[in-house]
Amino acid sequence: MSEPTYTDSEIMIAVAARVLEGARTVFVGVGLPNIACNLARYTVAPDLELIYESGVYGARPERLPLSIGDPTLVSGATSVVSMADLFGLYLQRGLVEVALLGGAQIDRYGNLNSTVIGDYAKPKTRLPGSGGACEIATNAQRTFMIMRLKRRAFVEKLDFLTSPGHLTGGDSRARLGLPGGGPELVITDKATLNFANPNREMQLSALYPGVTVKDVQAEVGWPLRLAETIQETTAPTTEELRLIREELDPHAMYR
Amino acid sequence: MNNAAKADKLVSMQEAITTYVRDDCSVCIEGFTGFISFAAGHEIIRQRRRNLTLIRMTPDLIYDQMIAAGTARKLMFSYMGNPGVGSLYCIRRAVEKAVPCPLELEEYSHYGLVGRYAAGASRLPFFALRSYVGSDMLAANPLIKLIDDPYGTGKIAVVPPLNPDVAILHAQRADRQGNTQLWGLLGMQKEVAFAAKHVIVVVEEVVDESIIRADPNRTLIPGLIVDALVHEPYGAHPSYVQGYYDRDNESYLAWDKLSQDHAAVVAWLAEWVYGLENHAAYVRKVGQEHFVKLKPDPLLAPSVDYGRYR
Repeated sequence: MSEPTYTDSEIMIAVAARVLEGARTVFVGVGLPNIACNLARYTVAPDLELIYESGVYGARPERLPLSIGDPTLVSGATSVVSMADLFGLYLQRGLVEVALLGGAQIDRYGNLNSTVIGDYAKPKTRLPGSGGACEIATNAQRTFMIMRLKRRAFVEKLDFLTSPGHLTGGDSRARLGLPGGGPELVITDKATLNFANPNREMQLSALYPGVTVKDVQAEVGWPLRLAETIQETTAPTTEELRLIREELDPHAMYR
Repeated sequence: MNNAAKADKLVSMQEAITTYVRDDCSVCIEGFTGFISFAAGHEIIRQRRRNLTLIRMTPDLIYDQMIAAGTARKLMFSYMGNPGVGSLYCIRRAVEKAVPCPLELEEYSHYGLVGRYAAGASRLPFFALRSYVGSDMLAANPLIKLIDDPYGTGKIAVVPPLNPDVAILHAQRADRQGNTQLWGLLGMQKEVAFAAKHVIVVVEEVVDESIIRADPNRTLIPGLIVDALVHEPYGAHPSYVQGYYDRDNESYLAWDKLSQDHAAVVAWLAEWVYGLENHAAYVRKVGQEHFVKLKPDPLLAPSVDYGRYR
């Protein structure tokens, strides 16, 4: 039997779902992270509780939410609280085990920019801004990023630091008293990268089928560090693809 | 009991806006993704208010429309996008090209702006939160500060209280005194209502006081702090009201295309805002059959026993 074929988005979703194995709570964004978290509930993390910044704990959406404020997240949820409670009692209290974040730019320490491209006062492109990202990046126990690997996104220097990662590397994050553990993994459409070294610098940790180190380096704006062993990621399984295509995103909105 | 608190608050939207929304004041139309009072926003446009400071965590289409209509000089926000769709082009035109007039921005993260509402609501000098350390947002907005924790745990971020001149909040139901019940995403409406100097509540249904008293845990905003109550069915369209109507996503997608061109926005405002007398005319123009399509299937919560203690 031939290997199932899949899109870049599908392998990102599958990989993001797999790394949620065993997790109890995840802070979810809309789009790919949302599909990944729901896929994880069907596969590796049946007890996973979905938390949305709109104030929902334990969502059981009956349709693919179109935004993080979709009313389908309310109906059937375990609890719906004010945003003050969500950020204070759930996030800042330390109850968010994993958060999935994205951004327009990321640097080698996993700091994110979702505010502007260019100068803040005279931006080339005005992006949406933080939303909850700054406090999520500060307080979540673990942070995973989901971003397509592009040279304009993986930059030597951010135009604006919206959400703190490992800041200037090493123990700089802990020294400033940030409660959460910071970035652990960057899930892209070509490879995954982690920060498992004393300098907390992004390093290539696994390649997707058919991708080379050179392909990855070509899309990263600094000399990329390599992990001691680079794993090969397994392609999405037939069952993962079935769940994504038939159950989670039947209208192919995010593929 | 204070007489003002017991008064019948029910007025028309036109009267509520004329009375409480003045040129140069700060206006906060809140509600996260749902419960957004488009009816109030459109009335503010119709009454041609100017130099407003608009406050909202997620400006959404309503502020895009109000800014395109030239009502505002400043916007306070924490996430500027068309939720689940893309950009807000009218706001970008105002910021980047001063079309139709310049717009000043004051930017927070979600928890930062929630914190400003919370400090404003309880009349505290600041709200402390674990955010902003290491972020360039500190430099971008000098009102966000880091202070030394007086109890010695290090630096902590603080934001000042925010007390909007007027808050406008949409909900499912209220009695005529403005005791307001809301279910679904609770967002920041309670904090905003207590923070504001004046509160306008807009509801799908005006109910008898006994309905409110039968379920007091669901009362989010007491009539005590409500200045005006407006009955405006479908007043949050194209956003949604939990259990009453779904978000009209087609409208959000259509706005994404239309709003890329200022002339198209001007024509839209002429047809859908200036050309209509009030929100009831808007509802007639959209058409009842359209709202029937947006009505979700029922999903009733079982009632609870509060007990009768005599």
